[in-house]
Amino acid sequence: MSATMEDIRDHGRGHHHDTVDRSGTPLVDMRDISIAFGGIHAVDHASIDLYSGEVVALLGHNGAGKSTLIKILSGAYKRDSGEIFVRGEKASIGNPRDAKAYGIETIYQTLALADNVDAAANLFLGREIMTPWGTLDDGAMEAEARKVMGRLNPNFRRFKEPVKALSGGQRQSVAIARAILFNAKILIMDEPTAALGPQETAQVADLIKELKKEDIGIFLISHDIHDVFDLSDRVVVMKNGQVVGSARTEDVTKDEVLGMIILGKCPPGATPGPGAMKE
Amino acid sequence: MSEATSDTSLTRSGPTAGVGGFKGFMRATEIDTRMLGMIGALLVIWVGFHILSGGTFLTPRNLWNLSVQTASVGVMATGMVLVIVTRNIDLSVGSILGVTGMIMAVAQTQYFTPMLGYDSGLVWIATLATGLVCGLLIGGLQGFVIAYLGVPAFIVTLGGLLVWRGGAWWVASGRTIPLTDENFKLLGGGSDGSIGATWSWIVAAVAIVFIVVGALAARRQRKRFKFAQKPVWAEAFTLAISLIAVVGATMIVNSYLLPGPLARRYAEANGIAVPEGGLEISFGYAVPVLLFIGVGIVMTFIAKRTRFGRYVFAIGGNPEAAELAGINTKRVTLMVFALMGMLAAVAAAISTARLSSATNAQGTLDELYTIAAAVIGGTSLAGGAGTIAGAMLGALVMQSLQSGMVLLGMDTPLQNIVVGAVLVVAVWLDTIYRRRAA
Ligand SMILES: Nc1ncnc2c1ncn2[C@@H]1O[C@H](COP(=O)(O)OP(=O)(O)OP(=O)(O)O)[C@@H](O)[C@H]1O
Ligand SMILES: [Mg+2]
Repeated sequence: MSATMEDIRDHGRGHHHDTVDRSGTPLVDMRDISIAFGGIHAVDHASIDLYSGEVVALLGHNGAGKSTLIKILSGAYKRDSGEIFVRGEKASIGNPRDAKAYGIETIYQTLALADNVDAAANLFLGREIMTPWGTLDDGAMEAEARKVMGRLNPNFRRFKEPVKALSGGQRQSVAIARAILFNAKILIMDEPTAALGPQETAQVADLIKELKKEDIGIFLISHDIHDVFDLSDRVVVMKNGQVVGSARTEDVTKDEVLGMIILGKCPPGATPGPGAMKE
Repeated sequence: MSEATSDTSLTRSGPTAGVGGFKGFMRATEIDTRMLGMIGALLVIWVGFHILSGGTFLTPRNLWNLSVQTASVGVMATGMVLVIVTRNIDLSVGSILGVTGMIMAVAQTQYFTPMLGYDSGLVWIATLATGLVCGLLIGGLQGFVIAYLGVPAFIVTLGGLLVWRGGAWWVASGRTIPLTDENFKLLGGGSDGSIGATWSWIVAAVAIVFIVVGALAARRQRKRFKFAQKPVWAEAFTLAISLIAVVGATMIVNSYLLPGPLARRYAEANGIAVPEGGLEISFGYAVPVLLFIGVGIVMTFIAKRTRFGRYVFAIGGNPEAAELAGINTKRVTLMVFALMGMLAAVAAAISTARLSSATNAQGTLDELYTIAAAVIGGTSLAGGAGTIAGAMLGALVMQSLQSGMVLLGMDTPLQNIVVGAVLVVAVWLDTIYRRRAA
């Protein structure tokens, strides 16, 4: 695989220095969130927060509840209980439109693309550029789409085709482009590089660093610690719908985080959550 | 990367670069192969019936009648495209046609004509407006139950099929209501409901201007964003074909002449002297046909150039993704059904005016012809794909089959068997085409 994968092999502490200012109110604060599907407690009294310019990696096994938790933030699911605060103020997020109004943009694990329209139509879906006569300005939208896609995936040319004709990686690029197109303040990335090749993955890593500089807060979700350890300022680990614990990335090693993911064991450098293994 | 190689053919530096022959031609002219296939099928049907009927099918008179007969179902088919694209179905359109037709007839004879006067030019407007509003409300009600109460469209509109048919009976206790307003009857065509040779040429000229201006505007748009242009020869070719079609259609409707006695009556009414050798007065385009084409243009505009249309297709492709993108999918669904109801009312106006009366059985089975027209026209029952123009052509194909069989003197049961079989075969062929294209 790529060079970025290679230098993750050393199991040392996260080597970038934590520079995030966490003295003020967090950008996002999800408190005591629960949701159940039938009998399954997909998310069980989970709390998680995020500061401006911070990348919080949300880790956990398949089925840990990561996607469900962030779908509550993005407005896709309605929580059973708990509260969400955005910049210290209580937010009412009942549907995806509400979330977007708070500057929350999401790259879903399933990508959530409209398969039968082209890339530009997908990028602007729900926020189309209109002509002065109130009709769709497809030319302007395609021109914008070419710009942003050029930044993410310069080889991409298939602007006239419905996105269902695109490869998995190309579709993922479209989903990422859509999320960064509208000046997000809070970005949720659910396994954003799962279908990408090494070159595009490196491009997404660069993109995340750039967005961080613009003071955007990012939830970066993965079930694989190697993908996110270098990029994240903090890690939060979930297991069976509960938060095992959270830690500054520089305070823990990869092995310790793996222990959190697999066993639910909270290391000394981390703050335990309700899901931490009791000794 | 593998995608880089497959992309080269689409690098539109020169759209034909690297691809020659038929494929390159089709790509350069941007002609839809499915559309071309349908036009081909239509021509085969026409020529076939012409030969079988001993040369009576491809006559101005028959083609003119065909155009008028297509209008009512064709209007509804344009709306059915959007319904099916959103992965729904509307089985109630025939009954909505029935009830709105009846409402319009009753409103006209019992209220508007007495109130506004027999000669008033407002009667037809009031009648039509009443019908449109009723259609909109009926469709909107069904759409509400489907979108907001979560009852499947199949069930809601199956219920609607019975409810509105019953409603039509209830409006006039099963009587047939003859229309009173002559202006309204023009909507149905007939010798008075046609615009004559001169106006037909004017319509044709306007259409040509729009086609040319549209093509130029598209070129300007591509230039504005520095996208690759269609080659000039391809542009000229598609333009020429469109212009020939417009001129040809106009010549055909203009060569259908009023029969002798009617022409004499017309001449007397308009104070024209009857010359030696008789009069030559053309029908020209029928009003319902113009209405049909107008509806088609408006619906194409809605589907392609408005937010609403974009959302309809996005929902059809992936309803969950559309919702996550922030689209109010429930409202869009409601609006689709409301629009369908309104188009059923337009179709009701056409067919009521053509019959000069509203009958209780009017529109029976039209839902099936409408759905068939949309599906033959390339609308995918899986949702997400379909064109208005395709559905309009589909309606013409259906009507051509029926008219042709009537011309051949086939029995009604046999007609039904043929229409049913053709529908299944057409969709089967389309399935094969789609699998190949994918
Ligand atoms: N819509 C739903 N209906 C029923 N159960 C659901 C639904 N969505 C999630 N679940 C259940 O909730 C639990 C958490 O699922 P979730 O998708 O959040 O896991 P995840 O941590 O994102 O896993 P992965 O790494 O595989 O993406 C699982 O047991 C899943 O089966
Ligand atoms: Mg997930």
